[in-house]
Amino acid sequence: MTAHGATETSEAAAEVSERRLHPVTPLRRAWAPVAVLIGWAVHDPDGAQRHLTRLTTTTLLIGLAVLVPAAALYGFCSWWFTHFAVTGTELRIRTGLVFRRTAHIRLERIQAIDITQPLLARVAGVAKLKLDVIGTDKKDELAFLGADEARTLRAELLARAAGFAPETAHEVGEAPSRQLLRVPPGVLALSLVLTGATWVSVAAALVVPPVLWLFTHSLWTVLAVALPLLGAAGASSVGRFVAEYDWTVGESPDGLRIDHGLLDRAHETVPPGRVQTVRIVEPLLWRRRGWVRVELDVAGSSNSVLVPVAPREIAEDVVARVLPGVSVPGPAALSPAPRSARWCVPLWWRGYGLAVTDTVFAARSGLLRRSLALVPHAKVQSVRMTQGPWERARGVADVCVDTGANKTVRARLREAGEARELLAAQAERSRTGRRDARPDRWMA
Amino acid sequence: MDTGSPHEAGPDGPQGTIEAAGGEPVWIALPPGLLRMRRLLLVVWLGLIALAAGLLPGLLAGPAWAAFALPPLALMAWGWVMIERNWRSWRYAERDDDLLISRGVLWREETVVPYGRMQLVEVTSGPVERHFGLASVQLHTAAAATDATIPGLDPAEAERLRDRLTELGEARSAGL
Repeated sequence: MTAHGATETSEAAAEVSERRLHPVTPLRRAWAPVAVLIGWAVHDPDGAQRHLTRLTTTTLLIGLAVLVPAAALYGFCSWWFTHFAVTGTELRIRTGLVFRRTAHIRLERIQAIDITQPLLARVAGVAKLKLDVIGTDKKDELAFLGADEARTLRAELLARAAGFAPETAHEVGEAPSRQLLRVPPGVLALSLVLTGATWVSVAAALVVPPVLWLFTHSLWTVLAVALPLLGAAGASSVGRFVAEYDWTVGESPDGLRIDHGLLDRAHETVPPGRVQTVRIVEPLLWRRRGWVRVELDVAGSSNSVLVPVAPREIAEDVVARVLPGVSVPGPAALSPAPRSARWCVPLWWRGYGLAVTDTVFAARSGLLRRSLALVPHAKVQSVRMTQGPWERARGVADVCVDTGANKTVRARLREAGEARELLAAQAERSRTGRRDARPDRWMA
Repeated sequence: MDTGSPHEAGPDGPQGTIEAAGGEPVWIALPPGLLRMRRLLLVVWLGLIALAAGLLPGLLAGPAWAAFALPPLALMAWGWVMIERNWRSWRYAERDDDLLISRGVLWREETVVPYGRMQLVEVTSGPVERHFGLASVQLHTAAAATDATIPGLDPAEAERLRDRLTELGEARSAGL
């Protein structure tokens, strides 16, 4: 432990109490060797069968008698040697039986906190707590905690990250949340039906295997092609419905709450001021109904959907909560690409547009599936202007804005002089925009 | 406006500093070391390829086949010119609050990195670069797409730049 660092007072050191994960955890870990065996059997079915027939019942029983306790012991040890502690500034995870490893996660760098409950975990009443902090591994998650414990721990972490004193962080509890939006299952299902990608994947899964069978008459080829296609079709239709079922977005002082899932429930909390980019996507078939999908990028997080489907006004209202003080520029506010750009990207040049407001850099792209990306000036890491030979001949250039979530927003095909001004102005704006950005500890 | 470094514009740099009027940044070009290194590498590698392409068919199949050496030689001549054009296009400017890097001949790119966004500054120098007395400075921000590298600097200048950027970065640092 590093708790007895010279600077830390004895009072603070005494306060660090280490905890263990939920006792159900060893059971999950005990599955690992069995899963390896099953994986091997699936990978090499012939070999597995040969080995199985050679085994007698006795050896099988003896093998099981050794394997199961060994797995249980492994699970128990890995549980026994995993501790975590919350200090004033960090979450410490100490783990490892042979190779010791301590992760120190700085609370004011928290980008998002997820609680996920896979189906089996829901049955057992446990949950997984995952912290998105820049520069940490995927390993740094707490699996599993009791469901209530996970919720209180999340509240405590958020309260400490927000700058509450350690003594009061316990008492703050879970901040009250106000529901902003809930997606009805019917709307979600209809939105998936109206998405072209769903139909393309389903059609591919239905058409390609029979055609292949006609040409090759080889079962293995057809299976090798059909299984991934079926998987993709399932993931893009049923899978998405199951994952995005009962999507709820709520607002609380701790940040934005996103809850979703039919079988596996996930609760995500994004603290204020962590969103780097917001994209408003508008597929062709949704336009008549005025629906949009909102995606967001948070540094260090893989989760990227904010609203799977919602009417435009409601979605814009949610965006205004995520990026305070930002209003989404309407189609009229976007300045289109100049006519001289029409030979750079024929036809699709009409899709590009740009609007720069006091608070955001907004670039639109796409003709059929429109996508409008918003970057707050305070989140811009660097600005670039690029110009290829063909673009130079037409007197246009692209302006790219890089954000901390490793996403680049490109305003394509701007008039060259305008692009140059934009480059200078954007650097200036993102500098002044940062001065009045909120502090990392938003309650302090 | 902040000036570049006082010891820029060496006698061997015809475009040592390009100073435009009216509060424009002071652009600093790269020293000629990088050009020399890249040209030497080009001549060595393409020379070896040309020799191999000329000698082997020439000896085995008759002297006329030695003409295979011509494409690498042509490539070398073309590269000789291109490397200079590319080297000439590289320039950087230190402003009060951000660093500008401009590069590219056909595909031009101009990058602005605010000092407050820097996560770390790196000075790197490989064995070949060290032999030629060169070092490159690389700026990292939280965005992986930020490609702010200045190659082929004099090591002393690279270290000066690193120290200055680090100092400015600390003074103006901002969160994510």
